[in-house]
Amino acid sequence: MRAELTVVPGLARAPAKLSARGVSKSFRNTRGGTVPALDDVTLDVGQGEFVCLIGPSGCGKSTLLNLFAGLERPDAGELSIDGRPIGAPGPDRAVLFQDPALFPWMSVGANVEFALEMIGVPRDERRDRAMHWLKRVHLGRFAQAQPHELSGGMRQRAALARALVCQPEVLLADEPFAALDAQTREILQGELQEVWSETKNTFVFVTHNVREAVFLADRVVLMSAPPGTLVAEHRIEASRPRDFEDVLLSKVVVDIHAHLSREVEKVVAREVDR
Amino acid sequence: MSHAKSIARQLWPRVAAIIGVVVLWWLAYASGFFNRAVLPSPGQVLGAFARSLAEPHPPRESILAATQASLIRLMVGLAIGIAAGTVVGLGMAMSTTVQRSVGSLMSGLQALPSISWLPLAILWFGLTERAILFVVIIASIPAVAIAAASSIRLVPPLLVRAGRTMGARRWMLYRRVVLPAAVPGYIAGLQSAWALGWRALMAGELIATGGKGLGHLLDLNRQLWLTSNIFAVMLMIVLVGMAVEAAFGVVDRRVRSRRGLLATT
Repeated sequence: MRAELTVVPGLARAPAKLSARGVSKSFRNTRGGTVPALDDVTLDVGQGEFVCLIGPSGCGKSTLLNLFAGLERPDAGELSIDGRPIGAPGPDRAVLFQDPALFPWMSVGANVEFALEMIGVPRDERRDRAMHWLKRVHLGRFAQAQPHELSGGMRQRAALARALVCQPEVLLADEPFAALDAQTREILQGELQEVWSETKNTFVFVTHNVREAVFLADRVVLMSAPPGTLVAEHRIEASRPRDFEDVLLSKVVVDIHAHLSREVEKVVAREVDR
Repeated sequence: MSHAKSIARQLWPRVAAIIGVVVLWWLAYASGFFNRAVLPSPGQVLGAFARSLAEPHPPRESILAATQASLIRLMVGLAIGIAAGTVVGLGMAMSTTVQRSVGSLMSGLQALPSISWLPLAILWFGLTERAILFVVIIASIPAVAIAAASSIRLVPPLLVRAGRTMGARRWMLYRRVVLPAAVPGYIAGLQSAWALGWRALMAGELIATGGKGLGHLLDLNRQLWLTSNIFAVMLMIVLVGMAVEAAFGVVDRRVRSRRGLLATT
């Protein structure tokens, strides 16, 4: 069964910032076979909307993100930003990876300035703007440090500063906190929520952590066992700033978790059959 | 641990190794088992070394002049070899066709000891400077090319993707992301190019003398049966090698520690 989930009451008329229409994508494995990753996915993300993509591993949520980023090309279907087809990656769509992907030969400050250099910001302006964002993520003192001198959480903060310094319209995040310990993750989630409530970027956030998704998102989109399609979505109406202890949120977490578990079980059953 | 203590701890095994060799050598000499014209004592070699440093030593050349001549040849040969090897390596990294065609030639070339080119080089260029340079160049090209190509190919794809999402493209992406990321591997290539080039140069100078250089001085002293001088020249070759290796070590450590690639002790 294929779920059409694009028409959401109250959202249908809102202009889509990002849009995927009937997108399919498969990959070639090493034995020459093809592995379908995405199957006929249609998704609109509104201007300034925070969407979390969630699903079992291999469901293509990262693939969908890479397609929006322009790092991959779809086999079928169309992707657009502001109604224009998505081509190569560009600074209008900043990406946060699971690994901070800082350049190890540059200082933390130079890493952030690099993003500005790529969009042609003059040299003397770069330093100030980079510093401003490093301070926003509490790394003001570490501009001169090398990335390897920072902790995992600090590195991911630096990556966030690098992503935001160009004031991108769209922020795409691929499990950026997955490799962090639980405490650091919660702190960064809180800070991300804070920053986002000011910047109001359109945000697509991939995670497999239901609690994280519910805490951050306006809308949680659940993807099926691979090949990924969209099977359900939940609007999270709770006002911000949100609290991890919020009872209503906890209830949503339980609901989504139950649904996700069924999808994960399908994956596991298939893996065991082989 | 204090700085002085840590230096001492690093230094003593090296000093002990040298002392050990000298003691064994001296014992061999003192035993009288070897003809003293064939095996000089450590003291005699050191004396020959010191004398040849102090004055233009007979025959004709001082060890310093020979060292200078060899180093100039090495630098000229390496400069050409590294430049050519880098261009070839970049080509191999950027095009699969070049990798498959030229790359396999480079692997083959690397398997061939460069000194085996000397007979051909002598026929082509005569017993000249150019024949020796040719051997140095041919020794360094494949090492640099293969290291450049493989270090570029091993750049973490994630860094390239990150660069692309920030809008870096083509040459900008190459110049600011791919090449800097490949630097540690490239330095390793330069290091092996120098080592191969230095060996090729010594062998080349032994045979195609060119009238100067450390290899030439070795051969000259052999003809004159000056074993102490032969040992002194060998000592110089070792010292030059250790100095260059040490310089590479410093550069390599600096690059790596900046990137957090050094295990801290």
